[in-house]
Amino acid sequence: MLELWNDLLWPLLWQVILILALTVGVLLYVAYAVYADRKIWAAVQLRRGPNVVGPFGLFQLFADFGKNLIKEVIVPAGVNKGIFFIAPMLTFVLAVVGWAVIPVADGMVVADLNVGILYIFAISSMGVYGIIMAGWASNSKYPFLGGMRAAAQMVSYEVSIGLVIVTVLMCVGSLNLTEIVYAQAEGVWFFIPLFPMFVVYFISLLAETNRPPFDLPESESELVAGYQVEYSSTPYLLFMIGEYINIVLLCSLCTVLFFGGWLPPLDIAPLNWIPGLVWFVLKTSFFFFLVSMVKAMVPRYRYDQLMRLGWKVFLPLSLLWVAITGGVLIAFDLLPDPVAVSAATGAGL
Amino acid sequence: MSQQDVDLRSFSMNFGPQHPAAHGVLRLVMELDGEVVERIDPHIGLLHRGTEKLIEQKTYLQAVPYFDRLDYVAPMNQEHAFALAVERLLGIDVPKRGQYIRVLYSEIGRILNHLMNVTTQAMDVGALTPPVWGFEPREDLMIFYERACGSRMHAAYFRPGGVHQDLPQDLLDDILAWCDTFPAFLDDLEGLLTENRIFKQRNVDIGVVTAEDAMARGFSGVMVRGSGIPWDLRRSQPYEVYNELDFKIPLGKNGDCYDRYVCRMDEMRESVKIMQQCINNMPAGPVSSTDRKVVPPKRGEMKQSMEALIHHFKLYTEGYKVPAGEVYAAVEAPKGEFGVYVVSDGTNKPYRAKLRAPGFAHLQAIDYMSAGHMLADVPAILGSLDIVFGEVDR
Repeated sequence: MLELWNDLLWPLLWQVILILALTVGVLLYVAYAVYADRKIWAAVQLRRGPNVVGPFGLFQLFADFGKNLIKEVIVPAGVNKGIFFIAPMLTFVLAVVGWAVIPVADGMVVADLNVGILYIFAISSMGVYGIIMAGWASNSKYPFLGGMRAAAQMVSYEVSIGLVIVTVLMCVGSLNLTEIVYAQAEGVWFFIPLFPMFVVYFISLLAETNRPPFDLPESESELVAGYQVEYSSTPYLLFMIGEYINIVLLCSLCTVLFFGGWLPPLDIAPLNWIPGLVWFVLKTSFFFFLVSMVKAMVPRYRYDQLMRLGWKVFLPLSLLWVAITGGVLIAFDLLPDPVAVSAATGAGL
Repeated sequence: MSQQDVDLRSFSMNFGPQHPAAHGVLRLVMELDGEVVERIDPHIGLLHRGTEKLIEQKTYLQAVPYFDRLDYVAPMNQEHAFALAVERLLGIDVPKRGQYIRVLYSEIGRILNHLMNVTTQAMDVGALTPPVWGFEPREDLMIFYERACGSRMHAAYFRPGGVHQDLPQDLLDDILAWCDTFPAFLDDLEGLLTENRIFKQRNVDIGVVTAEDAMARGFSGVMVRGSGIPWDLRRSQPYEVYNELDFKIPLGKNGDCYDRYVCRMDEMRESVKIMQQCINNMPAGPVSSTDRKVVPPKRGEMKQSMEALIHHFKLYTEGYKVPAGEVYAAVEAPKGEFGVYVVSDGTNKPYRAKLRAPGFAHLQAIDYMSAGHMLADVPAILGSLDIVFGEVDR
């Protein structure tokens, strides 16, 4: 019995506890990320932003959450009910599931996969299905156009994100996110040698999560709200939260790939006393701040301009950098030894 | 099955009347080929209130407030056209101070309008911050409206014969002080838009109107000046004191949405100069005609004079009779040439009043301007057309 507990049940329970802790943490963080987003936006626009519910409006998000929960779920005539409701769930679930492999601090990760990056990539590629399904199932013209745009957009920017990640992988020699951070502990953070890639990644992040200036699938001035037009109540809420979780996920991935994850900026006395988790949250918040500021300032791209930027600028640029990075690594014999990497951390490839 | 056998149907879509970028209650029926617009059919009339017919039922003074409700973004400019028309029929002159006040408030109206239009054009291409910024100086201007006439929008301030009341000196001082701060705000706004690459990509070469087409389609105001035609009624057919003032007419070159945006930004700067000149040059004296058969006497006068009391009673019950005749008076409203054609049959009510709204002529070109562009360009073009449905639908 004890053996069963030790070998099977306790690890399972522990995993469940980890998952719960991470999910609750992420959701809480996202609640305040939305609040921060609105506050930052308001500050740029010389407004006050949410300031009524609770001190400084801190409980605004919970009030909105409650309001959306108790609203009536409107199912327009002619929708494909099954797909109509699966779509927001899919978006939400995929956004949360992606967090499984993100190391928020040294050793604090739900699943320390040695193909973590591939996992994230697979999950975020599937994110587009939620939007396409919503656009299609709504049986309405604005959502339909929104869904079509989303499909084209997310596919084109994923290609460049993929190549950006490839350059990072070549420098690390591992697909494991924890090892990517370790690799930066020894050398410099990757945003210094790979700065152009960091820029490409950040812009692709905006496009991938449908944030301005790439919010074409839900562009207000043309498509009213794009694929979300027909959604109300909880299904809408799932889309909204899912979208923000995705943004934060990609911000944290940015932290891991380019800004040394949980590492302090300098490994010296007062800085390395602060727990890694705090550094991680701070860095992620910084990127989220940038995302919010972009939203407050820029107009929106047109559909063809967005595609041109993705395929004609980012794709060649990132391909070039893959080649350059590979060339430099081989020429100066800096290529990481995969055997050494896996031996150092004990993770087999 | 060959291509001919397939029944190819374009994707038709409704844009409005409930649409965040429809600038009011416009309904566009669009035919799309993918994202490319093939045809646009604007459906108007959702805000039709029968203004022209209503004006025929009212005395000349009672007709004034209807003009505020046409282009409600710059109310006084419309009253101006009506006041000019009635004054020409009556053959009365407006004292200098009244003329200066009219020009001052016309230019305030121009800034009110352009601020609204430029910032919402930015919103139509996705920049959500400029409108919120723009509302602050607009609010200041609305307060100037309110301090002059008691109302933020429905002013009824420019009346046949002059303006309703004189402006207090501290109001003039405040407007002058505001004129000093406003260009800095425009610089801020331009910092956000003018050289913004995305804003330029969304507006340059979009909705191009050639100079010939602009004239053929009855455009006026910024819509012709954006295409490089130097036509501005303030300069080409000067009314009031515009010929005594020093200002420039900004011209565009390519006739696209971006040129029209730049024209409007520059016009606001010119308007500020005009306002400053008006306040600095404004003479003392009466603000409206002293012809007591048209302009009601002041309250103080009525306490002293029986005749004034009779005038007051007659003017506010029966109104004044206007000699038979017809006249067309036009002003350079912020959106273009706003004209009123009044036919008088010698009674106290207009026999006919035809309103020429610039937005109406501009809106009918939406198909010509948008065909072949992408869906996302339609709001940008609509924004640069500067449409307000109060005047289009009347």
